[in-house]
Amino acid sequence: MSASHTAMVRFTDVTKTFKGSSGPFNAVDGVTLEIRKGEIFGVIGYSGAGKSTLVRLINALETVSGGTVEVDGTVLTGRSESQLRTVRAGIGMIFQQFNLLSSRTVAGNIAYPLKVAGWDRAKRKARVAELLEFVGIADKAKQYPNKLSGGQKQRVGIARALATNPSILLADEATSALDPETTQDVLALLKKVNRELGITVVVITHEMDVVKSICDRVAVMEQGKVVESGDVYPVFADPQHRATRRFVGATVKDRPSTQVLERLRHRHPHRLVTVAVHEDGSSGGRITDVLRDNDVQGTVVFGGISEVSERPFGSLTWELVGDEAAIEQCVATLRGYTHVTDLGTAAHPLVDPRAADAAAAPAPETDGGTGSADGTSSHDPALDVAYPAPGATFAGASDSGALSPGAPRFDKPRTQRPTTEGDPR
Amino acid sequence: MTDWSVLGPRLWSALGETLQMVSATMLLGGLVGLLIGLGLYTTRKGNLLSNPVVYNVLNVIVNFVRPIPFIIFVTAIRPVTYEVTGATIGVQAVILPMTLMAAVAFARIVEQNLVALDPGVVEAARAMGASRFRIIWSVLIPEALAPLILGYTFLFVGVIDMSAMAGAIGGGGLGDFALRFGYQKFNDEVTWAAVLVIVAIVQVAQYFGNWLAKRALHR
Repeated sequence: MSASHTAMVRFTDVTKTFKGSSGPFNAVDGVTLEIRKGEIFGVIGYSGAGKSTLVRLINALETVSGGTVEVDGTVLTGRSESQLRTVRAGIGMIFQQFNLLSSRTVAGNIAYPLKVAGWDRAKRKARVAELLEFVGIADKAKQYPNKLSGGQKQRVGIARALATNPSILLADEATSALDPETTQDVLALLKKVNRELGITVVVITHEMDVVKSICDRVAVMEQGKVVESGDVYPVFADPQHRATRRFVGATVKDRPSTQVLERLRHRHPHRLVTVAVHEDGSSGGRITDVLRDNDVQGTVVFGGISEVSERPFGSLTWELVGDEAAIEQCVATLRGYTHVTDLGTAAHPLVDPRAADAAAAPAPETDGGTGSADGTSSHDPALDVAYPAPGATFAGASDSGALSPGAPRFDKPRTQRPTTEGDPR
Repeated sequence: MTDWSVLGPRLWSALGETLQMVSATMLLGGLVGLLIGLGLYTTRKGNLLSNPVVYNVLNVIVNFVRPIPFIIFVTAIRPVTYEVTGATIGVQAVILPMTLMAAVAFARIVEQNLVALDPGVVEAARAMGASRFRIIWSVLIPEALAPLILGYTFLFVGVIDMSAMAGAIGGGGLGDFALRFGYQKFNDEVTWAAVLVIVAIVQVAQYFGNWLAKRALHR
């Protein structure tokens, strides 16, 4: 099958300009992106990143200022309002605030798009019953939305969006107003929509957890641009852009932040290394094997393992105690299997760029516009140091190798004491 | 002292005239006001029929008419009234200025209640492929129905007030009755009889309006 047949939505150099109070600005800025048929695609970004605008270009609630948007083979640019209405009717949408009609019952809400589409009464009734069953709220048909909980309202929203058998479902922060448990229920329902009905789902969110639980692929947006995109697992495992690293750091707290690392170094002055879990889940066993073979003692001092795209994901931070050369050998061997971040020793600390990013991350709802372009580029060289190309020699090895194993313990108080003593605790 | 065998039937027919003026005004003024109000809301910047020219024209018309005291408005538009109704006094004639004044007042009430609506429901309806006019009648009006009913009830009280003033310039009705047989004859009993009838009408209308609005609210 050629690429043109697998694309459900294709953005080609799309720009959307709004007239702001301080002159025009690009809410969407030169985006080229493809969403494939049958996948769950996530668009993540802080508020103001342009993700809501981007998704509204798919169902033509907004029209492009430049470039083209193609939905299921149809270019949306230059269509009349009535043609666009037909396109919209074939795309379902759900919202953060549900946007149900409070003047209609649950059944009335679900029937509304069917009325718009001109279905007759009997067909409408049958379809509404079927949808209520599918989303699991058949007993609420005659209730008004005000009587429902948030999760039930979103189920109505989903049923309504699915009424006319759309090929795409757009979910605009669909779980952001829900509590964590209800969020999981609604995400499971979206997954069911995707798997059982084969509907392409586009999820907009500012929560990486949502991407982690249900998305196949993801695009990270910042200031109107897609700064990173691809399959969810590799994006999580090896985030390239600062914004991505922040999002990953906010949801998978497996790596010690700068502050945590400082405390860790107090308790564990020896060599600290963060070893990523391999997606086949085998790293744990490998690490113990490698340590035993080299006669190095290892203790897990920090870490976490969870699932991303239904595969194991995370990392463990180890304190390695033993002969210096043996430790180097361990690190080198582990690098052959998976990502290893060397944090150095208390006396010779090395920085984990990802942890530093996560610590600098603003609260999730803070405007994404705070980051600057030079901030991004200045981080990138640091990333190169932390993740040397496979086979490259470790830059810090000769330094730490010069120290006797006992030295860090002795050195540590000297470098740490000023801050420790100044601390009232 | 007061001969109610003479005044009673007069009060009765005055009530009939008031109801005639008020119901005609409520019907025509309410309809025109609803249309102008929808126009004001939908032509606002960024809304369904966004059109700055139409919005500004409607806005200026409403702002021009509304501050004019009704009793002055009635006399000021006498030539128009004469052209339309063929008279300048009487129940029929006064319905025109009453309708116009009620329409602009109701237009603002409609606009205010629609502005308070969550734009999300309009967006949801657009996303479902609904046309603009379908959204107006099947989303905007039903969603704002409860406050619109309360606003309409509020208008009713204002229209009763207008109808009483219309009496002062020969419009007939309860206001005319109270002035001629009460005020001008120093008979407070007659004045208060007219006042009580008006109060009773307003009470019934408000009660009915509240009841309807509650039914429309679905809470």
